[in-house]
Amino acid sequence: MTKIVISMTRIKILNLGLCLLLALGYVSCRPGKSSQRIVVAGSTSIQPFADKWAELFMEKRPETVVDVQGGGSSAGIQAVQTGAADIGMSSRALTEDEKELFEIEVARDGLAIIIHPENQLDNLQLDQVRSIFSGEITTWEILNGKAKNITVVVREEGSGTRAAFQELVMGRLRISKRAIVQDSNGTVREIVSRDPNAIGFISLGLVNKSVKTLSLDGIYPTEESIQNETYRLVRPFLFLTRAAPSGLVKEFIDFILSEEIQQLIKKEGLIPIKKNPGPRDDQDRTE
Amino acid sequence: MTKIERNERLIRLCLLVVAFSAISVLAVITIFIFEQGTPIMFKYGFKNFLLGQDWYPSEKSFGLFPMIVGSLMVTLGALIIGVPLGLASAIFLTEFSNRRLARILKPFIELLAGIPSVVYGFIGLMFLIPFIRENLGGPGLSVLASSIILGVMILPTVTSIAIDSIRAVPDSFREGSIALGATKWQTVKMVILPAARSGIVAGVVLGMGRAIGETMAVIMVAGNAAAIPDSILAPVRTLTSNIALEMAYASGEHRQALFATGVILFVIIMILNTIANLTSARQKKR
Repeated sequence: MTKIVISMTRIKILNLGLCLLLALGYVSCRPGKSSQRIVVAGSTSIQPFADKWAELFMEKRPETVVDVQGGGSSAGIQAVQTGAADIGMSSRALTEDEKELFEIEVARDGLAIIIHPENQLDNLQLDQVRSIFSGEITTWEILNGKAKNITVVVREEGSGTRAAFQELVMGRLRISKRAIVQDSNGTVREIVSRDPNAIGFISLGLVNKSVKTLSLDGIYPTEESIQNETYRLVRPFLFLTRAAPSGLVKEFIDFILSEEIQQLIKKEGLIPIKKNPGPRDDQDRTE
Repeated sequence: MTKIERNERLIRLCLLVVAFSAISVLAVITIFIFEQGTPIMFKYGFKNFLLGQDWYPSEKSFGLFPMIVGSLMVTLGALIIGVPLGLASAIFLTEFSNRRLARILKPFIELLAGIPSVVYGFIGLMFLIPFIRENLGGPGLSVLASSIILGVMILPTVTSIAIDSIRAVPDSFREGSIALGATKWQTVKMVILPAARSGIVAGVVLGMGRAIGETMAVIMVAGNAAAIPDSILAPVRTLTSNIALEMAYASGEHRQALFATGVILFVIIMILNTIANLTSARQKKR
């Protein structure tokens, strides 16, 4: 009997201690969360840029903390829906049932279709690109007359660049499983620059002189053709909030949309958005 | 209890704890991999994992068969290249060269084991891949390229274990064989190699373990297409590269499927290790 009693009191003490600890934790976290600290989570394509923006923002406002986390676009959307993050980052357009979120486009990224510089080809139609990457067209013969096999180079499953390519070009078609897979934009570019029969896709900001960029349906990817949406392989970098941004969240977003950061975005190879659209216009745009 | 006795006990206890910490790390890793990897295998069925042909994690299609075949193909290729070379240099260094030359050459072969695998991969990418692409065709990134790189990487393991087991053959064997009128080569072929066989086999199995577990060099030269290669010039993906390649952005079931890849790799390597232990145990018995 006494043993049981002892263990009961012990549990009670433990419980009390736990409650105290939780209460303490709650009290100490609360002020930080409501006024000083925001959590930004989502797309790993945006994350490195967002890290930089957060750093610059915190330099200007040393009393604040902007915590940037990865996890992927879908995880970011989920995090903002559940309230785990104040801002979600997505590098893909929202689906119908995600549309109740507030979206602000902070930058754009173009996808470039690249080939070896000695390849004579200059232009492809979107459906030709689709046939090449799905493995339907396997030689260059009908494209530039050379009877060589095409070396298709793609990114790995899970990468944001691949997901964007899948959505913008492939639709429901699968990317051929015979395609060579590399785990960074840099190695895709490296392989394409060395193999005269290769074709691949990388983020427009990472294109350099070692490869040749193809125009698509006759339109070459430039800042202008991406801003006016004539070039089709463009993905938005979206910031998402549950309600209209306010407080520190709004300040942070306004900071990113400021001329200073948009210039920086351009330097880093992304495409700045045309002018600073309010969140309202933006929701119309993504229809 | 005297002071010395107490100290003895303390030291024993310390050593026991240290010994068990090594084993417990192994246990933690095993439990973790299985805990993370097996639920998804049950959910989608072992058969779909082991024999499925399509690896499209974004569509919930987790077929690992191409990677299992890929791992085995590349490992076999590495053995085809590494074992004859390793065995030949072991025979030369023990039986045909003078002692001084052997003393100079052996450390160089062992030095091969000290080169980081990323360097092998880089050299492969810079020289081997263009060579294969220009002379044999295909994209260059291929089964052949990974087999050659891995073959060179397992060379030190195969060679040094073969040297040790050939040296362990008693000289009376050699003398007896030569006394019977056999030539040097006949002695090697009919007496020494059979006598050293189980040691050589253990070396080969260890080399095989290294080849199947190698990741970085293979990712760089294999091309990583998740399809069963239709020729040795076609790209290939191994189980290890499947994990390392997609780990960075994987989440949810995709991540679990990568752990499942780890489970399968774990089982394959366990089987290989058991074979290695059995063969070396048999050698000791003799």
